[in-house]
Amino acid sequence: MATVLPVIQTRFVSGAAIDFDEKLAAHSLELRAASVDTLQINVGKLCNQACKHCHVDAGPSRTEIMTRETAEQVLAVIRRFKIPIVDITGGAPELNPSFRYLLRQCRSLGCHVIVRHNLTVMFQSGQDDLPQFFRDHKVEVVSSLPYFLEHQTDAQRGRGVFEKSIEALHRLNAVGYGVENNELILNLVYNPVGAFLPPAQQSIETDFKRELMNRYGISFNRLFTITNMPIKRFLDYLRRSGNEERYMRKLIEAFNPATVNGLMCRNLVSVDWTGRLYDCDFNQMLDLRVAPELPQTIADFNPEKFAGRRIMTGSHCFGCTAGTGSSCGGAVVQTGR
Amino acid sequence: MTYYEEDDLQRFAEIGKHRPDLFEKFMAWYQACQEEGALSRREKALIGLAVAHALQCPYCIDAFSQSCLEAGSNMEQMTEAIHMASAIRGGAALIHGLQSHNSVSRVSM
Repeated sequence: MATVLPVIQTRFVSGAAIDFDEKLAAHSLELRAASVDTLQINVGKLCNQACKHCHVDAGPSRTEIMTRETAEQVLAVIRRFKIPIVDITGGAPELNPSFRYLLRQCRSLGCHVIVRHNLTVMFQSGQDDLPQFFRDHKVEVVSSLPYFLEHQTDAQRGRGVFEKSIEALHRLNAVGYGVENNELILNLVYNPVGAFLPPAQQSIETDFKRELMNRYGISFNRLFTITNMPIKRFLDYLRRSGNEERYMRKLIEAFNPATVNGLMCRNLVSVDWTGRLYDCDFNQMLDLRVAPELPQTIADFNPEKFAGRRIMTGSHCFGCTAGTGSSCGGAVVQTGR
Repeated sequence: MTYYEEDDLQRFAEIGKHRPDLFEKFMAWYQACQEEGALSRREKALIGLAVAHALQCPYCIDAFSQSCLEAGSNMEQMTEAIHMASAIRGGAALIHGLQSHNSVSRVSM
């Protein structure tokens, strides 16, 4: 991997697009799935926030939302194939009327359930018992908090979000989430507030733990660093701010072949609010569906057919392979830049 | 033509065109300096930012601002580093005031 240094770039990437698959081939790599351990369910694009970096383009006015009928099809697959991990995302998934039903059913089937919870949704009408609900069902909570300071967080997620997020974290801590010697897992997500790569995960996690405890008395388990993907709202920002070429060059130059084996798409299948299947949530937002030779909807899903499948890629995939890599569980490798 | 072109930052390797051996030596040394050692990457990036300001190099200021962000620094920390560089520059100018005083004393009654 070429070392990306400040000031000095040893290689110049021209304005011409670089193909991700060609990049893999140059490193004698091919991106194929392993087994399907996780079903990531995007239950819709409705959200109480409209974050500037959102690859879903989610917001309060979005109407795309998974129906109970589709949720039942998803549950039938989980039941039939004993999917071990269910990762529920959105939008704010809690705003889907079938969310709690879906979650309860998944837990009764023995799944480990992860909810991508934006923190502020618990202040929406009828959602104030979410911390207790999560606790009662032993859900793993993963929440975005781009920085431990108000200015950066509000710049990305909207005015007033930081203050509400801190209050929400207090409430989660109060029911036992993220507290030492407690099995209730609360992980936070760091996204760069702008067109740059995340710092080393271990280093920034140490900062977050120290600062959130010292400033607010908040604890949590792990911090995941996730690279902003050049998709939808973040791509719009890159273009508006004149940063698109520079950011893409940064991602390409930071390509780290050591990340490829650990990419989330190798163990995950993503299902959208209509039941269509994708290799990841980013492909979902680009309408880049699973390879055409595979079943295209959850009703026809079979994990045996998806194990070993070729992953559909695009230039956005450089976002997951830059530096230490990026996945729903944070950095993929320990060192990379 | 302007004296500073943003794209020139990406063309730095062209400096190696006429004496690649010297450029390669410089690059090896430069890269070794960047590696994490007794100082963390974040500390090194902040030093780089401070020196960039002391030298007033626009390329270095741009590059090390990005490096600081990607090493996890925030604007408070970066601004403190810039103040450190500026204060030392200011102090270095001011201490030379004694040279002036000495010079004046030498010819004064």
